[in-house]
Parts: sequence; C-alpha cells; structure tokens
Amino acid sequence: MTILDTVLPGGASWSRACRRATALTLVDVEGAANVAALFYRAAEPLERYCMPDTLKAQHVSRLTTGVALYSDMGRVLASITSDTCGWHDTITGHTTAAILGERWGELSFQDARNDWRRSARDGLLVELAKYGLGARDLVANVNFFSKVAVDERGELRFVEGNSPPGSSVTIRFELDTLVVLSSAPHPLDPAADWQPRPVRLLIEPVAAAPAEDPVRLACPENERGFAASEAVLQ
Amino acid sequence: MTGTGARVLEAARVVCDVPAGDGWTHELANGEILRILDLHGNQAVDALFFDARDYSNRYSAVDTIREQGSVYLTRGSQLLALDCEPLLTIVDDTCGRHDTLGGACSQESNVVRYGEHARFMHACRNTFLSEALAWGRGLEKRDLTANVNFFMNVPLSPDGGLEFVDGISAPGGYVELRAERPTLVLISNCPQLNNPCSGYDPTPVRMIIWPAA
Repeated sequence: MTILDTVLPGGASWSRACRRATALTLVDVEGAANVAALFYRAAEPLERYCMPDTLKAQHVSRLTTGVALYSDMGRVLASITSDTCGWHDTITGHTTAAILGERWGELSFQDARNDWRRSARDGLLVELAKYGLGARDLVANVNFFSKVAVDERGELRFVEGNSPPGSSVTIRFELDTLVVLSSAPHPLDPAADWQPRPVRLLIEPVAAAPAEDPVRLACPENERGFAASEAVLQ
Repeated sequence: MTGTGARVLEAARVVCDVPAGDGWTHELANGEILRILDLHGNQAVDALFFDARDYSNRYSAVDTIREQGSVYLTRGSQLLALDCEPLLTIVDDTCGRHDTLGGACSQESNVVRYGEHARFMHACRNTFLSEALAWGRGLEKRDLTANVNFFMNVPLSPDGGLEFVDGISAPGGYVELRAERPTLVLISNCPQLNNPCSGYDPTPVRMIIWPAA
C-alpha cells in the first residue's frame, strides 16, 4: 500500500509528518536534482536533525546507505536504507534569495507565474512556519543527491554527475518525524542556468528496524541511538 | 602560523579566565577584538555567536564553510550569520585550524558515543543552556546549533570520513576575532574527558577583549 506518490516540482517546497515504520523514497527523475531536507521529531519539534551529532557518532562527513540521521537528543530520527548515489552532502547549507539573485538572477511570480525562482531558504521557512517554527529552527540541512568533496587541505569541490537520472534514496523513519524539503538547486551547483529538477516522493509502510538491522548494527553508537529512539516509544 | 601577540593587556577592557568546564557570555561591540588564549594547550573551546540585535540571526557553520570554500577555520575566515554576512573575522591565529563540524558535546551525544556510563558527565550543551538561562532575553535550547570548536582538530578525509584527533594547539596559543557588528558570544570551555579534544585533561582558558581601534 502506497501512502503517497507525488512529484515535487523543481524549486518547490514540501512538508509532512512521516510516521515511524514508513519510508520516504526520493527519486531524481531527470538527474542532477538537489533536495534540501530538515527533520524534526514530530512529538517535540525542539528536537531536530543534528548534523554534528550525526557525523561524529558515525565518523562520516557524507551520508549514504547505512547512515542514521541523529537528533540533537541522542536519538535516531531516520535511517538511510538504500541509496544509488553514494554521497549526499550535509555540510554546505542551501540557497538564500541573495545567493539565487547573485548566481542565477531573480525571476518574480509577476513575470514567470509558477516558474518563479524561489530559494531553498524561503521555501524551508514557509514550510516551517506552517508548524509554528521559524528561523531559530533552521539548522544545517541535508542536500540529497548533491556531492561536495573535501580535499586534504579542507577545500570544497562540487562534484557534477553525482546523481544520474533515476537515482534514488530511501529514508526510513524510526520516530514520527516532520520532514521539510526544498527542491531548489544546490548553492554550489556551477550550472549557468537555474534548472531546478523535479523529484518524485514516495511514502510506503515498512517494517520497523529489526534487531539485526544493518543501520542499527553499523556501529555501537547506532545501537545506542536506536535504543534511545525505541525507549521513548515505551 | 604565528600570531603577533602585539596587543597589550593594559589596553584590554575585559580579562577573564574561564575554568575548565565553565561558561562565559559577553557582548562585543562592533570592531572589538576578542582573544581566546589557550593557557595550557590542547583545550577545546566551544563557541556560539549571535547578532546582538537579533538572536535568530546567529552563527551558521554551513553558510560559513560554503562561502569560504573550505571546512576549516583560520586567519581570514569570516564567521557568517544565517544572513550570510559576517558576525566576526578571525584576524589572528597561532593554531592554523579550528573545527566547526564536530559540534558541542551533550549528555545525550556522550551516551551515543561512549555509552551509558557517560550520561551524567558534564557536557558543553549543559554549559550553553546554563549560560543562555543566566543571560535571559529569550535565549534557549532552540538557539543552540552547530558551533565553532576553537583549538579542536577534526580532519575530514576525501573518502567521506571524519575523526577527532589530538589538538594542534600549544600552551599560549590563541585566536583573535574582530566583531563585524554587535555580537553576543557564548563560550563553553569543554569538559570532555572521553576523547582527545582537550587532551583528556580540560584546562582553563583566558578571554581578553580590546575596544575597537
């Protein structure tokens, strides 16, 4: 049974509370999409996706299959259970209206109707406001489908071609989670033209993580993080 | 990289030692210089920064990293707020590399990283919460996000790894920041005993503020 199957147009924003034991699959229909994503615990949105805790618990600087998305309260909100890209960025933020205007040029609703150019920041803030959340809740986001490589000296490089057409990533929710997305391009995308790509969103029921779940067992830290998530369900 | 150390202590308006595991909160006027002095070396100093006129416009690690094109902070780095404009600039640095991806330790993250035995150990985010409560003016947990870890070494590897390694700061090492607008500074002098970020032996640091030139 599919709970949701829809297409988020390029440059648009979206939000929904996704229940535990469901999974959201993002499909990069045309290739080269970017999905800026934020996650909040639905029962207590003060608890939210925490980039630093996610990275240091698992000793990673990028997200892919087997990586858990931690809240700032030591719980796993969601897990990446499959991924065809191998690298999703979470250390370089998202577009603001100023970045969009400087890099690609503004285009208003009056001039372009629903092809107007909206930054990820503006889209995320509008979605957050629907739940009484705002700028203070804006933390480091995930950029699904985008890869920003870091060399030995710490220099960044946006890697083109990370997400061919049909690429997908599946996020399984370990707790009821408010998901906020924007499909605006990555701020480091070197493309000369503003080309936000559509993304198919698919939500399906899945089994909760079993005892032998590979994300749970990926490291002792994750075993403790999953246990902390399951403890609040008691 | 060597600092000049040129500023004289007599000209400072604030000189304050922050004991290991304690916090410190202060507002900088536009143009003021804050020196964070690592008295004994290898001491992680966790820091949060807010536009003093609008706390929702706060230090943003990811905007800072993206706009400077590099993950480490050092002399010349501009610490950006959410509006992508600088709150502060690092104007001097004897260390050469500071972290802004490792975050601040918390009771909860300590349990994840080290196990149940670490639950009641002192942690930076408790210090930040104490400082926020004492400062008042609406500052609270909601305002605590990815911070700067001065004197902390968290190298990223090109294949997507990340690790915490021994600090690269020697006794007497320091970093100096110039406020580019009125900026509220929250410091937690890290009490972490479970990893090498403070050499398994947290020590005091000295905060010095000079008026704008």
